[in-house]
Amino acid sequence: MSGIAEQDPNAAKIARETAAGSTPRRWLGKSVNRVEDPRFLRGQGRYLDDLELPGMLHAAVVRSPHAHARIVSIDTSKAEALAGVVRVVTGKDVAEHAAPLPSFGAGPIVQDMIAIEKVRHYGETVAAVIADSRYVAEDACDLIEVSYEPLPVVLDPVAAREEGAPLVHEALETNTAYERTFSFGQVDKAFAEADRSVSAELYWPRSTGMPMDTNGAIGDYDPGTGVITIHANSMNFTYFLWLIAASLKVPASKLRIVPVVAGGSFGSKFFMHKVPAFAGFLSKLVGRPVKYVEDRITHITANDHCGSDRRYEASLAFDDDGTFHALRISCVDDYGAYLQFGTGTHGNALSQIVGPYRIQHVEYSLAAVLTNKNQQGAYRGFGAEVSNWVLERLVDMAARELELDRVEIRRRNLIPADSFPYRTPTGNIYDSGNYQGVLAQILEESEYEHWVAYRDEARAEGRHVGIGVVASQERSVFSSTEFWFWFDDPQFTPTSSPESATVRIDPTGEIVVTLHSQSMWGNSPETVVSQVVAEEFDVDPASIVVNYADSQNALPGTGPGGSRYTVMVSGAVAGASAELKDKIRRIASDKLEVAEADLEFRGGAVGVVGVPDRQLTLAEVALTAYMFRLDLPADMTSGLAAASVYDHPLTTLPNDDRSDLGIFYPFVGHAWHIAVVEVDVETGAVSFLRYAAVHDAGTVVNPRTLDGQVIGGTVQGLGTALFEEILYDDAGRVLNETFEHYHLPTALDAPTMTVGHHETPSPYTAYGIKGAGEGGRMLTPAIMSAAIEDALSPYGVTVTSLPIRAEQIVEWVAAAKGE
Amino acid sequence: MSESFRVEVEVNGTRREATVEPRLTLADFLRDELALKGTHVACEHGFCGNCNVLLDGETVRSCLMFAVQADGRSLTTVEGLAGDVGALGQLQQAFHENGGLQCGFCTPAMLLTAHEYLEAHPDGGTDEEIREAINGVLCRCTGYQHIVDSIRSAAGGRDGVTAQAPTPELVRQESQA
Repeated sequence: MSGIAEQDPNAAKIARETAAGSTPRRWLGKSVNRVEDPRFLRGQGRYLDDLELPGMLHAAVVRSPHAHARIVSIDTSKAEALAGVVRVVTGKDVAEHAAPLPSFGAGPIVQDMIAIEKVRHYGETVAAVIADSRYVAEDACDLIEVSYEPLPVVLDPVAAREEGAPLVHEALETNTAYERTFSFGQVDKAFAEADRSVSAELYWPRSTGMPMDTNGAIGDYDPGTGVITIHANSMNFTYFLWLIAASLKVPASKLRIVPVVAGGSFGSKFFMHKVPAFAGFLSKLVGRPVKYVEDRITHITANDHCGSDRRYEASLAFDDDGTFHALRISCVDDYGAYLQFGTGTHGNALSQIVGPYRIQHVEYSLAAVLTNKNQQGAYRGFGAEVSNWVLERLVDMAARELELDRVEIRRRNLIPADSFPYRTPTGNIYDSGNYQGVLAQILEESEYEHWVAYRDEARAEGRHVGIGVVASQERSVFSSTEFWFWFDDPQFTPTSSPESATVRIDPTGEIVVTLHSQSMWGNSPETVVSQVVAEEFDVDPASIVVNYADSQNALPGTGPGGSRYTVMVSGAVAGASAELKDKIRRIASDKLEVAEADLEFRGGAVGVVGVPDRQLTLAEVALTAYMFRLDLPADMTSGLAAASVYDHPLTTLPNDDRSDLGIFYPFVGHAWHIAVVEVDVETGAVSFLRYAAVHDAGTVVNPRTLDGQVIGGTVQGLGTALFEEILYDDAGRVLNETFEHYHLPTALDAPTMTVGHHETPSPYTAYGIKGAGEGGRMLTPAIMSAAIEDALSPYGVTVTSLPIRAEQIVEWVAAAKGE
Repeated sequence: MSESFRVEVEVNGTRREATVEPRLTLADFLRDELALKGTHVACEHGFCGNCNVLLDGETVRSCLMFAVQADGRSLTTVEGLAGDVGALGQLQQAFHENGGLQCGFCTPAMLLTAHEYLEAHPDGGTDEEIREAINGVLCRCTGYQHIVDSIRSAAGGRDGVTAQAPTPELVRQESQA
């Protein structure tokens, strides 16, 4: 396997040293209570909007009521005259004092913090008010008079591609921002030679991550030093956020980002650059701290991070015995008014486009189209949840075509356990897996045979019970190549996506870990880190203090996203811990007069193996390290701290003609879900009789928190499957811009489910961990499609679009009955 | 500045007073005037329930009430749920041990809503009843299951606070600014 030779040497060493071995694990794998919890349970989470700076002002924005319009004039005089208003800001200020926001997309697609000449989507910011309070700022927004010249809107991405369509960005001269076909293997030949194929037109609707805590930032410009400090709940601040220094027209060295916990992201805070840049800009204008927090309407209409909105034509070629051969996918993706985040959501899909199946030939066409809607960004799954729905729909259609059991057709095509690392047609590898084993486990845990019999009996009684069975891969730990391998001649070709950690034992023997990414948004970074440190030093994880560096103090980091953080930070902590343990062993070896090899870490001490009373506590070693230089070995320096940078363990470059995209997302979990539903065909209501999941995320760090991610992701995917869609009217206005009309799953919508774990450790990562933050949402859309379709099988329904609303079900049944 | 009113309330057992604009929401009053940041605002339209607090023992949407409407009444916020200094109350402990929170943003409202439910259902009731009770509080992280587990686990032998009853001596006082 060529990939093994490409392993990062440091990561390979850590993988070897942390692989499951002779000593049983003491802390990893246990459902340790989350160390993050207590402060949040007391209401002391310190979210962005909870923070106050001395002399802080508040900002509110004026949103465009038009989807596409030229800004003729803005009269700010009445707003400026209102008591408490400090400054009114418009696109004119942005044009004079700021530069456009960073872009990862193709072409001249320029986005500014405030629209300058025209607005391109409903809800886009046209003006802002800075005032003593948010109340006054909002009052003043109502006094701003904006004169618009409405322009023709383009909302349908297919129509947007036609000659003469209104242009979202005139400079681009087209609305098709990017178009490309990738081909892997011999697709035409495989389709010609296969016994059969199925084809479908599929639609995946625009929804959004919708965290409870919106995007927010506090800008704090210090005129004395010229440094702009920005407190922000945006992710990835060490990886990308320095780019907004250019937008703010300051050197990156004069930008300091202070990470703030986020009350949920689900993608919506993934490199969210507009809000922090905006707050920094406003603060620089007035020379005082300015807080800006999106309200819910702004979050829904203009948060820059709607999920995928895709129209597919997709085909699967297979033989009469059910063997899959080739996959052809063509997608028109409606990216909305900007393309700041590029087409990485399709790169992501290409990492696991063949799912867990031995499909050898793949063609993938993408047209990324601009329309007058809020722009797409990241949403849990990052595009791969969509392609998984497409693939599983095709597999169910193939099963129906062959009259083959839906489990059996999948079983026949699973990649065998002895073929890992497995190279997929696109070039990405799957590191390890036991897919037949996971399937066997879920069939047993869900009592699948029982439910099949139950369904058949219920159906005979006239009830509408259906079963869905779907599989998914869960790629984890992206490399940065997926952001640019789209282009033959990319302008910027980064290959780094590191994570760092600093482990420090203070002079009293207490352990403090510094993380170099904003990583707390509902996951458990502090618990993961505490468990890893506890594993290495055998201390109580609850005793460990975790903090976060700001950007001027941070080492390289990439932050959470793409299910990478647990894997990467564990590697970084393992590396730092190893270095620190070496130093402690040397000190202890000297003081205890014993060989280093005879020492072990136990219960907060380092001691001689087999001799319980010959040991030094970490506090004793630490005090020596900090305060007694002359007791240390002569070549050793004072202190007890180590910092470690951990690079992506396994990534390779794409080749020149992109027939091989290289290894870019290689630690691949595997999951199956089984759902048994009952549909009320009178009301369209769907209820659950059984919901079972089994996930293989490699070595499990904390079963309970992993369950939480799986269940949470599953229910979020349920929203995608059954309710959620951002609706635009013919004029491009958002129809459901509040929770009154945008329905999120509630406690009564969600199933009670079981989660099983199957552990196939990754050979390449620290402790064998694979990422697992997105998995649930990878499966629910496909399983609900399958289960509802099965329940409605008497009516011959085929699910080809989401969401499957109750009224849609009622309509299907009525149509089938000829009503 | 428009007309102002004096508001006197009992919050978590302590009498608090302030002079406020009539349009100040109860949520902003708690957060900005009393510095009780544990009450979170997520939609400001009354749909998500993340701003729930207990008013005379019953949950209310603090984003849909004005502070002046709470004058003379008794409030419990998440800050009033903890036991001794440093210790979690039993309901909070149950959330801690059962994975009842992830990002923590809806958690204060979930806890207060669960508290109200458990007052009425000391034996915990059924999962369906628990789900019905928290149906008005949106959580985007957990999928609710571990919250249901937490509330069920907290039932029986609770030692959390009892919501404050209205305090008779608190009377409405209005003043002109």
